[in-house]
Amino acid sequence: MSAFKDARHLFRFAGLFVLAFLIFLVVRHYYVPKSFGQYGHYRGASIGEIAQLPVKFAGHQACEDCHTDVVAKKNTGKHAHVNCEACHGALASHANDPSAVKPVLPDTSVLCARCHTASAAKPKGFPQVDPAEHSQGLPCETCHNPHSPAMDAPAAAAGGAK
Amino acid sequence: MNISRRKMLILLPAAAVAWESVLAGTPEASPNYKMSDHWWGMLIDISKCIGCGNCVRACQTENDVPDGHFRTWVERYHVDDLHLENPTVISPDGGKEGFPAVAEDAEKYFFVPKMCNHCADSPCTQVCPVGATFISPDGVVLIDQKYCLGCAYCVQACPYGCRYVHPEKHVADKCTLCYHRITKGLTTACCEACPTGARQLADLKNPNDPIHAFLKTHNVQVLKPQMATGAKAFYNDLDGSVR
Amino acid sequence: MSGVEGYMYPNEITLYWSVLIVLYPFITGLVAGAFILASLERVFRVEAVKPTYRLALLTALAFLLVAPLPLVLHLGHPFRSPEMYFTPHDTSAMAMFGYVYLWYLMAVLVLEIWLDYRSDIVMLSQSSKGLLRLVYKVMTLGSSNISERSLAIDERVGWIVTLVGIPSAFLLHGYVGFIFGSIKANPWWSSPLIPVVFIFSAMVSGIAGVMLIYMATTKMRGKKIDMRCVDTTAMYLFYIFIIDFSLEMLDLIHRIYEADESFRSLNFMAHTKLFFSQIVLQICLGTLVPLILLFVTQVVKLPEIVRKYMYVLSGCLALIGVFAMRWNVVIGGQLFSKSFLGYTTYKMELVTREGFLAALALALLPLLFLWILVKLLPPWPEKTASVAGD
Repeated sequence: MSAFKDARHLFRFAGLFVLAFLIFLVVRHYYVPKSFGQYGHYRGASIGEIAQLPVKFAGHQACEDCHTDVVAKKNTGKHAHVNCEACHGALASHANDPSAVKPVLPDTSVLCARCHTASAAKPKGFPQVDPAEHSQGLPCETCHNPHSPAMDAPAAAAGGAK
Repeated sequence: MNISRRKMLILLPAAAVAWESVLAGTPEASPNYKMSDHWWGMLIDISKCIGCGNCVRACQTENDVPDGHFRTWVERYHVDDLHLENPTVISPDGGKEGFPAVAEDAEKYFFVPKMCNHCADSPCTQVCPVGATFISPDGVVLIDQKYCLGCAYCVQACPYGCRYVHPEKHVADKCTLCYHRITKGLTTACCEACPTGARQLADLKNPNDPIHAFLKTHNVQVLKPQMATGAKAFYNDLDGSVR
Repeated sequence: MSGVEGYMYPNEITLYWSVLIVLYPFITGLVAGAFILASLERVFRVEAVKPTYRLALLTALAFLLVAPLPLVLHLGHPFRSPEMYFTPHDTSAMAMFGYVYLWYLMAVLVLEIWLDYRSDIVMLSQSSKGLLRLVYKVMTLGSSNISERSLAIDERVGWIVTLVGIPSAFLLHGYVGFIFGSIKANPWWSSPLIPVVFIFSAMVSGIAGVMLIYMATTKMRGKKIDMRCVDTTAMYLFYIFIIDFSLEMLDLIHRIYEADESFRSLNFMAHTKLFFSQIVLQICLGTLVPLILLFVTQVVKLPEIVRKYMYVLSGCLALIGVFAMRWNVVIGGQLFSKSFLGYTTYKMELVTREGFLAALALALLPLLFLWILVKLLPPWPEKTASVAGD
């Protein structure tokens, strides 16, 4: 039909679109990861990838399997619910290979002060002291066992925990 | 803390076996973990937070969080009775090394740990143009860092400021609720490190989870409830001045 | 924490959307606005602006070709951009960019330009030499049919394309407004008015831009500026400007009146951190002054030379004002904390991927593209008359 003859260039333009669309479909098939859409509009495999990231903190259960004496001591005092790595830092590497990786003992002058330095901002009833006055420069473990911090010596220093 | 050599020889292999089973789990491969059995959230108890910053440090260690960026942080509020709508808030380096001590005075102070709220109707996953961030079937909002374009639209869309663009990877990053830990039966790094139990992981689908009893007996809020994000980080004792 | 006043959530201190994200809506705004000016002649038969018709289309194309560049430069992983085409997320306004852009480029702008220029292209494919001849030959898509009937078909189809192009232009720029307007987390952005304000300020910038380009290129070619054309263009600029200004004032008044929880913080920001860019540049110099100048030209009979200067001045100020508006929206929206307790600072770098020089280069690049397009497809009114009906 003569109408089509005069519109042939338009069909060619449209043809370019169709061709581009077909190429698009082919490329898309190879590009989009296979697990995309498995659970929703995202790559399902990424969930597994995220779950496989390395663990740095072993979790207190792993410590308690070996260090039963410490656990027994801790359960008698106020630090019963303070997990091991809260003070000792991330120790999954130690739990993984205990003899090869030796944990470094924390520095009590920094560690204990972080929680127990007196501040009006902290909840009332939480044991707090002014570190300088309280211990006169002595390290905390001179009087307090960190695993069960209550002082059992009858001659407790003035200005103690409460 | 002295373990006798004999005890060590017995305990070491036991520990190794126990550890292996912990490391083995992946959500699909592990027979122990089924995504549909869980719906994760977090319980944060303001009355217990002492602002020690353990959680911020633990998170940074566990997740290699770059300096100057925070997957979790702690804020300290100072509310003056005459200016309830204008608290003074500080968060020095996210509270990582704790806070400067405050001399005794009559004013109100408290600490507020913040993190991703793993919203059930999250505005951040809504705006991602390619599907690089999403909520997993077990309720954790995650980022597929291999797919993310780094457009930062999700960062703009989060009402809580919990997202950032990783300065080296150039993709969005944020708290993952330590997904790699909770799917293995561990708790999150921040909860593990918290000395007062101010942070507790919660599995809302688990009928035995203590959160159910807690929610029944305490007054609990979420941050910015007017945003209707379906936030799953629940705060006990949250003051009205908290932003 | 340098540059921070008050309290900001720790992750909010760095701005993630830089000057490049300011530039993008400015560029697409010019595209949409230039197209609307072209459609005035084609669809609404405002014959007076015909001298700017082809120039407006080429201007739109030149800017549209540059438009994706600021976005790609901004991305953390630009080579993952195809993901927007392969897995667009249907709840994300940003996801529609790829398709809207491609639609507008190919099915509207390129098609319309091609249809309007086709007889010229065929003539040029026969008259030029060397590489240029090949270029024109390719552009003919192998068809040298420029019979009256085929040109009539082109005319009809072109009219439909322009008609479809008007809502397409609104979509191209309106979706950008929606990207900001739909973010409930950000009260500076969240508003149903933002897409509308974006569209109208886009029209202001597009019309002003084409008007200036027309006057400049005509002057450079030593030809006489068609004052009837420029007067009509300026008149439309004036009316669109009034609508744009009214919408922006409505937003402002509404905010001040309702004074919700964000108001105190935003108000403070507008008066301090954004004082120069918003009060001085956007509102006073960029809107009020050009409005007054244009108003005067509409009601007072002024000599041609005076009108020319006033149009040039208004046009330049309008462009500055619209750019300032984009700046205030994008940058302003990130300067305040979502806690409403503090502010940060935008440190625009100089030579980095998202720095000032990159933005400047991207802002000037469309002019280079326009120069190439104008050489390839001359839009001048005198030329059109000579090649008709061969």
